[in-house]
Amino acid sequence: MAELTKKERMKIPRQDMPVQEAKDRVQNFNEVALGFTLELARKEAERCLQCKEPKCMEGCPVEVAIPEFIEAVRSGDMAKAARIMKDKNNLPAICGRVCPQEVQCEARCILSKKGEPVAIGRIERFVGDFELECSSCQVGRGESTGKKVAVVGSGPASLTCAVDLARMGHDVTIFESLHTPGGVLVYGIPEFRLPKAVIRAEIETAAKALAIRILTDHVIGRTLTIDELAAEHDAIFLGTGAGLPMFMRIPGINYNGVMSANEFLTRVNLMRGYQFPEFDTPVKVGKKVAVIGAGNVAMDSARCSLRLQSLRSGGNEASGDEVHIVYRRSPAEVPARLEEVHHAEEEGVIFDFLTNPVEILGDDKGAVRGMRCIRMELGDPDESGRRSPVPIQGSEFEMEVDQVIMALGTSPNPLVFINADGLERSRHGTVIANQDTGRTTMKGVWAGGDVVTGAATVISAMGAGKRAAADIDCYLKGELGW
Amino acid sequence: MDVLHQVAVHFGSGVLKIAQYRTRETYGHFGKADSVLERKLGMYSILEKKVLSDVTKLMVVEAPQIARKARAGQFIIVLMHDKGERIPLTIADYDRQAGTITMIFQEVGKSTMQMGTMQVGDGFKTIVGPLGHPTEIEKYGKVICVGGGVGIAPVYPIARELKEAGNYVISIIGARTKALLLWEDKMRAVSDELIVTTDDGSYGRKDLVTVPIKEILESQPGRIARIWAIGPAIMMKFVAATTKPFNVPTIVSLNTIMVDGTGMCGGCRVLTDEGARFVCVDGPEFDAHRVDWNSLLSRMAFYRAEELQAVERWRHECKLAGAVAKGVE
Repeated sequence: MAELTKKERMKIPRQDMPVQEAKDRVQNFNEVALGFTLELARKEAERCLQCKEPKCMEGCPVEVAIPEFIEAVRSGDMAKAARIMKDKNNLPAICGRVCPQEVQCEARCILSKKGEPVAIGRIERFVGDFELECSSCQVGRGESTGKKVAVVGSGPASLTCAVDLARMGHDVTIFESLHTPGGVLVYGIPEFRLPKAVIRAEIETAAKALAIRILTDHVIGRTLTIDELAAEHDAIFLGTGAGLPMFMRIPGINYNGVMSANEFLTRVNLMRGYQFPEFDTPVKVGKKVAVIGAGNVAMDSARCSLRLQSLRSGGNEASGDEVHIVYRRSPAEVPARLEEVHHAEEEGVIFDFLTNPVEILGDDKGAVRGMRCIRMELGDPDESGRRSPVPIQGSEFEMEVDQVIMALGTSPNPLVFINADGLERSRHGTVIANQDTGRTTMKGVWAGGDVVTGAATVISAMGAGKRAAADIDCYLKGELGW
Repeated sequence: MDVLHQVAVHFGSGVLKIAQYRTRETYGHFGKADSVLERKLGMYSILEKKVLSDVTKLMVVEAPQIARKARAGQFIIVLMHDKGERIPLTIADYDRQAGTITMIFQEVGKSTMQMGTMQVGDGFKTIVGPLGHPTEIEKYGKVICVGGGVGIAPVYPIARELKEAGNYVISIIGARTKALLLWEDKMRAVSDELIVTTDDGSYGRKDLVTVPIKEILESQPGRIARIWAIGPAIMMKFVAATTKPFNVPTIVSLNTIMVDGTGMCGGCRVLTDEGARFVCVDGPEFDAHRVDWNSLLSRMAFYRAEELQAVERWRHECKLAGAVAKGVE
């Protein structure tokens, strides 16, 4: 391609990514977004103005050299693009799919001032997928330092930390409690957003190239404790996430059909309940499902419910099946990514805003038959800065539902803290750690990701894993004391 | 070549390091794991199998990292294969020296039926544990340990440890019929008194376990310090109702439906008078008098239709496999 002028570049519209049509995709669990073609990726890359002082990089928690990899894509050198990417981000195919780019790199893109930003996330995903196909750049393990590091958990924070440490030459072992590595990426995020094959390939590639051991079936706190790990390792990184589901404190939460989003998604994703009985773990979906909450996990639960209903009815539009998102605030406060909300709407999820359940109603067999809800209005801003919802007196009504999925957030699993003397936690149960280094109050123990922040994003967890790895490296080399 | 082998080659000495942890390398999950290689990496294989009845099987499994930590009252989660479900099973026994754990299970659904077909040398994809809180063993005085059916297995290590701690142990074991009774000898060896009951009178006393419990509580008022009862939920419910009027602390071990077993899904939650509790991390033992038994029983039946469907399908597959085998002959 001939070099374009700045004006010409700015005339190119942002390229849309091909997606499965809404009416088709609710009938399967295949990926919704199909990814750029080479042509689309290169055309989108042409839009980048190659700013001298790129703002986009400031928005990236792991500081990927964004203009450089986009330039490599533009020129058609995919191997180079992959190399630049992998220098900072070891999981591009995953990040390209689940990062909230619209509030990070893309929000800072100079083009977004006047029009639409460069689709950095979509190009990133293309580079990540290309790299998985071709394995063009092998990152190798650094020269051995003889230091042993235990990484607890195998979600995004742990994986990033493990990979960086191994590249620095440390001997890394990951301890995972489930039977498959990946943490929230495998049990939480559905196949249609992030295919298991992508996660598996990214982890497998990295672990093999860097000789990282991954020990599944190890529940730290039970199978082994932090103290025992500390005795055998020079450093420990805790990236155990926020796996403990919260339930509303209202009557009726133990009726059959009430479940945490964690349970529902784990059955669907990790255990492949949507393929029951070929897979042994069953999952149920109601005729009228209410998902409580409006975060990404709520959207995932609602969209999985739609698909299960559609599989059951054979795509019959007259089935009468419904999925509702029930949220106590207004559309403006929805915490989910805009794209996820948009996808959910397209697929037919019904949104009930300013609505809060006050009681779950059951029938004589102990199964859910409905919810008593109350209408809300927005009052003054609360500590999160969002206007807090206030119940409207006398507005209670009954909503007929036969399944309630609670997607109200999660907190760290306290199991891991058994026999971890000196490891301090906040009153929310999160580990207290230095934001820049990840150091906890227990010598030789670092932490990062959701276990420190409470449920947040994949990329912020990766950023924390990266910062901790850098600090662990300095500590192990003796450059920094504790 | 399958992925697992590649990794074994790749790691070279790494495989030895893994052996240090005495666990199985995880990469087996990424491909169709060659079972021979998987066994070479050496975990979770069945060393011994005993058929205790038509539907009750005992398996001794190699799981050193669990045996090292296991204590009475705790449980494990097993997963047979890539398409399997995670099944919670109470630990019936363990041998720290040999690095083995013993599990006893009744074939009640598709997964346990399939597990029943596994033989010595076969391996599980996953066994994780020990999970849950161990039994609080102390010197209480005179105690009763009640085991119903396959629940006799998990009550055994509790009775043994209570006996070792100096308690006077009265054990009551019962089953629907003689064929479903197990470990009478082992229970006798760790008990000061042993009462055996069957519902149909085919062996021991023709009674439900609650009858001798009530007799003891009536004849020795105030003498029984504590009772443990493990068995079908309905049995535990009635044991709770029997001991409640006597106000004797009664501990039950619950086995509700769970997925991960580490507090992540909350599917196992049970209502107590203190609110909802998770069986996997708050239990599995609970004060029987504080449990909402009706809620528990209804939650345990939630997947009944799917369970029946899976059993139907499994039986059909077995029949087909049988017919094919016959055809080949």
